[in-house]
Amino acid sequence: MTTAIEVRDLTKTFRVPHHRVDSLKERMLHPFDQGGYDDLHALREVSFDVGKGEFFGVVGRNGSGKSTLLKILASIYGATSGRIRMAGTLAPFIELGVGFNMDLTSRENIVLNGVMMGLSREEAEKRIDSVLDFSELHDHVELKLKNYSSGMLVRLAFSMMLEAETDILLIDEVLAVGDAAFQQKCTDAFNEMRDSGRTVLLVTHDMRSVERFCDRAMLLDSGRIESLGDPSQISRRYLQLNFDELIGEEPENGGAATIPRRGPPEAYLTRAWLETADGTPTTNIEEGEEYSLHAILEVGREIPRPYIGFVISNSNGIDILGFGQALEDLESVPERLRAGQRIHFAARLENRLANGRYEVACWIHRDASFAEAISVVPGALDFVVYGGDIRCMVGVDCEVDIRIDDGAPG
Amino acid sequence: MSATEAVQEGARSRTELREVSGPSSIGGGRRRFFELLWLISVTEFKKTYFGTVLGYFWSLARPLMLFAVLEFVFTRVFRLGSGVPNYPVMLLFNIVLFTFIQEATGTAVGSVLGQEDVVRKTQFPRLVIPLAVVLTGFFNLALNLIAVFAFILAYGVDPAWTWLLLPVILASITILTVALSMLLSALYVRFRDVSIIWGVAITVLFYATPILYPIEKVPDQYRDFLLWNPLAPIFEQARAWIIDPGAPGAVSAAGGLTGLIPAIVIYVAVCVAGVLVFRREAPRIAEAL
Repeated sequence: MTTAIEVRDLTKTFRVPHHRVDSLKERMLHPFDQGGYDDLHALREVSFDVGKGEFFGVVGRNGSGKSTLLKILASIYGATSGRIRMAGTLAPFIELGVGFNMDLTSRENIVLNGVMMGLSREEAEKRIDSVLDFSELHDHVELKLKNYSSGMLVRLAFSMMLEAETDILLIDEVLAVGDAAFQQKCTDAFNEMRDSGRTVLLVTHDMRSVERFCDRAMLLDSGRIESLGDPSQISRRYLQLNFDELIGEEPENGGAATIPRRGPPEAYLTRAWLETADGTPTTNIEEGEEYSLHAILEVGREIPRPYIGFVISNSNGIDILGFGQALEDLESVPERLRAGQRIHFAARLENRLANGRYEVACWIHRDASFAEAISVVPGALDFVVYGGDIRCMVGVDCEVDIRIDDGAPG
Repeated sequence: MSATEAVQEGARSRTELREVSGPSSIGGGRRRFFELLWLISVTEFKKTYFGTVLGYFWSLARPLMLFAVLEFVFTRVFRLGSGVPNYPVMLLFNIVLFTFIQEATGTAVGSVLGQEDVVRKTQFPRLVIPLAVVLTGFFNLALNLIAVFAFILAYGVDPAWTWLLLPVILASITILTVALSMLLSALYVRFRDVSIIWGVAITVLFYATPILYPIEKVPDQYRDFLLWNPLAPIFEQARAWIIDPGAPGAVSAAGGLTGLIPAIVIYVAVCVAGVLVFRREAPRIAEAL
């Protein structure tokens, strides 16, 4: 396999002044005061290769250095030391929709953005139609961008990205956009991109995109490569890393729940996913569709039967509904769970939620009194509901009885 | 290197590894640079003219208002203009030229910071940002000059062959404006009080340039000092070429070519400083924001 991106010993150190000299006056008053710097090591001697035509995922927690890596690759930041070599052309942006001018129409913006991406004016003008086709915005061509909805903007931006005819694409968190139908289109586009031999470097928090699209993935932690290889292994490692972090932290909501600070975790979530009624994993659910939520939890130390619960919250962070199971109510579960045992949790539900994006948190409590939490994983998984016409947060089935009276005369 | 150039270069370049050099002020190919510059300036310009109903009117109204006030003050109140041939059109012409410098540099100061999103998230040739501001201002100037020349003719000034030298004047003013814009916009990223300092400095410059007065009215002992200001000889020469053929012109006002040396040195120094500072700061702008 030929190499498309070669990174050797890439190091990036930010000098963070203790107190930032923002004005000439301060500089004049303290001409020799260097203020003192903290060195922030965003990347430390990172080396890796990305093959031509590879879909390469970069994951890591906040502050792990993945965005810095992307910015250096895109020549937005300079490297402190190390070497980068690339074969072929690179799309010069890392986020969608940057450089859109809200006072211009979509037609004008397509040309402007096209030129920013390295097309000539004529080439950019030729692409107006195909961008409008893909983004389904033909009816709104003459509308100024400031009058667009955020969904329309995202569609336009994504369609623009597809027109960048470069060999290498760097993408930061784009899959979490748009409604479900458009997401499907994006998925197809990504697959097409991969088939056409373009090299894509995708930086994301979303483990499902990593597993779905990437040929290989790399996990960054504190500026170093923690592991590199098979996407499913990497995503498992990433979740592991996240949970290690969560153990020993006070839950944010304070409350009665506390998490023990010492020792190995008593029980923790290792995987969670959704399945449609016929058993295929999914992230999109249609309104009214039956689906099931699956989770695998591992027992770290011997414990009595815990309570396992899930809370679904919407994109505004409002908890919409919750469900769970006290394992002590189940005869099939032994009274004490041993270290290393795995709990497979599966709940069947009928989807009554309105269209939108939802997040599922997993709670493991000592018992059904909820007095003590063993583990809390916010954002254990997320999913999109589409195709519905519920106007409220939740719709319910109910029996309705209607009678028509003739109005009383007089 | 842009997408299509690379395609034309053939398959070889697609498999050959090349060093990534990091951010720079022009980065991303010359053609992309100029197309971006042109496109951004034109759209900005269109926005001011088609975005508001009275677009062109406003852009002309501001120098005209200033002109009307100053004309009244200096011909009716102070009588500075009496005895100066074609004083009103000289005033108008000077004000329009200076408005270009003032507005372009004033907008350019915060321009790079204002485009934060683009600078931080794309590999955008940074130099385009201040240059586009100046180019937009230049379009304005060109339009305003049409009106100014209509005034000049209406006032009764005879066209002279020296009018053809107007591009020389405009070029020397524009180059200085570009250099100042580069210098200011790069410094502003690091030092936020640059905009305040420049606001004061441009006002000083307004009075230190022969805009309201002709240079020969300045007492001798101050005139040499005044001529250190690189704008002074440019404006004086413009007057001699365009407004009043009897005016001394830059060289004789300075008492010979040697008198112009300080102004030329400062002019060149500002240009060099602009280029150097911008080039030094450009790779770091994204991090400093």
